[in-house]
Amino acid sequence: MEELKITKESDARGSFCPGPLMEMIRLVRSANVGDVVAVISGDEGSKKDIPAWINKARYELIGMEDVASGGTRIICRKNH
Amino acid sequence: MKKILILGGGTGGTIVANRLAHRLQPDDASIEVVNDSPLHYYQPAQLYIPFGEEDPRKIARSERKLLNPKVTLRIDTISEWIPDKQALRTARGEHLSYDYLVIATGSIPCPEAVEGFVAGADHFYTPEAAYRLYHKLSEFEGGRLVVGVGGIPYKCPVAPLEFTLLAEAFLAHKGIRSNTEIVYTFPLNDVFQIQSVVPVVRALFERRSIRAETFFNLDAVDAEKKVVKSLEGTELPFDILVMTPPHRGAPFLRGHPMADNDGWVKTDRNTLRVSGLPNVWALGDTTDLPISKAGSTAHFEAPVIAEQITAAIRRQEPSPGKATYNGHVTCFIDSGYGKATILDFDYDHPPTVSEPDDFRHLQKMAFNKLYWYLVPTAVI
Repeated sequence: MEELKITKESDARGSFCPGPLMEMIRLVRSANVGDVVAVISGDEGSKKDIPAWINKARYELIGMEDVASGGTRIICRKNH
Repeated sequence: MKKILILGGGTGGTIVANRLAHRLQPDDASIEVVNDSPLHYYQPAQLYIPFGEEDPRKIARSERKLLNPKVTLRIDTISEWIPDKQALRTARGEHLSYDYLVIATGSIPCPEAVEGFVAGADHFYTPEAAYRLYHKLSEFEGGRLVVGVGGIPYKCPVAPLEFTLLAEAFLAHKGIRSNTEIVYTFPLNDVFQIQSVVPVVRALFERRSIRAETFFNLDAVDAEKKVVKSLEGTELPFDILVMTPPHRGAPFLRGHPMADNDGWVKTDRNTLRVSGLPNVWALGDTTDLPISKAGSTAHFEAPVIAEQITAAIRRQEPSPGKATYNGHVTCFIDSGYGKATILDFDYDHPPTVSEPDDFRHLQKMAFNKLYWYLVPTAVI
């Protein structure tokens, strides 16, 4: 995961459903095809909702990783 | 004498101004409301214009007449806010200063933010747009009606649901329901953002044969081909498309250091103070709080701000329990056929929803009329 270049990242900790998901949608909307974007969420529901949206929109879920200071980083590639 | 400036003459700004005028002596402070229009709109009534149940000329009244005589009203638009200098500039070139500032400039529907929206879609978030939709629905002879939410957050979260249910009843009454397909779209993975409300809405949709298309984030409208497209790649053909436009905060707040890029002001969820500023508050649609952008939110927030400003001017501690907002919101849902239900919730208690009934509908209709006498005047 260290070699991956994240184009844009948004820290959505402190906001709850649907905040982090809407933040991911906002990042993907503004990204170019090929960009990798990430959202850090402190809401447990995001671990389900955001991958479900990425799957529906046929983008690529690169991964989810715990953040040392709390929350989960969810990483997505805008592949089309 | 202290100077209180209130930006916005909607529900929130007007209640704060009137509550302060009731509580403070004229020698304590001057109170001025700055609004970009001499009119105060009762926005929930816009929902009924497309069905011919409300006259767009009758949903606004004079803001001056709703304000306490002790409050000054300035008709102008804020163009710049400089927090460090406690100063504002207006579109007419005036320079305003304040000791206490309340920002209640609300949310603005922005159909132009979506490609093809203005040419191909309708909405009911302004009286003019709602009236255009009234004409279109009057002439509609059946086909495909697509109703949806084009971006979160937006004004009055239940309004698109209500529109869908009212449209179904309207089309049935008109005798064209059997040859009309109704599709409801929503950006999230379900039909509403509050989970406890979902089963009731799903049941209503099933009974009324309304299809839901979820994870539908509005991307573009092709006005010529009459197709609406989502970011997820879904395309829906339509004869009439009624989309809630994306909303933004007031233009002077978009990208402001005290707000986010869309203009939602960074606000403390309990004190309603603007982040880091001890003498500035925000309420109603204006804030970045993850709660409903609705008149009832502003209604319940206004006393909290009035209490804090009164206490500050009198150099007292605010009354315990009166200076904290607990997230209280109340919304009616009109489901058509003369029935309605109600959502009542706060930060710690999600709403429980009952089946729509006649009594709640009567209550909603009565409230729509009583609003002018009870709410902006701060009687309740």
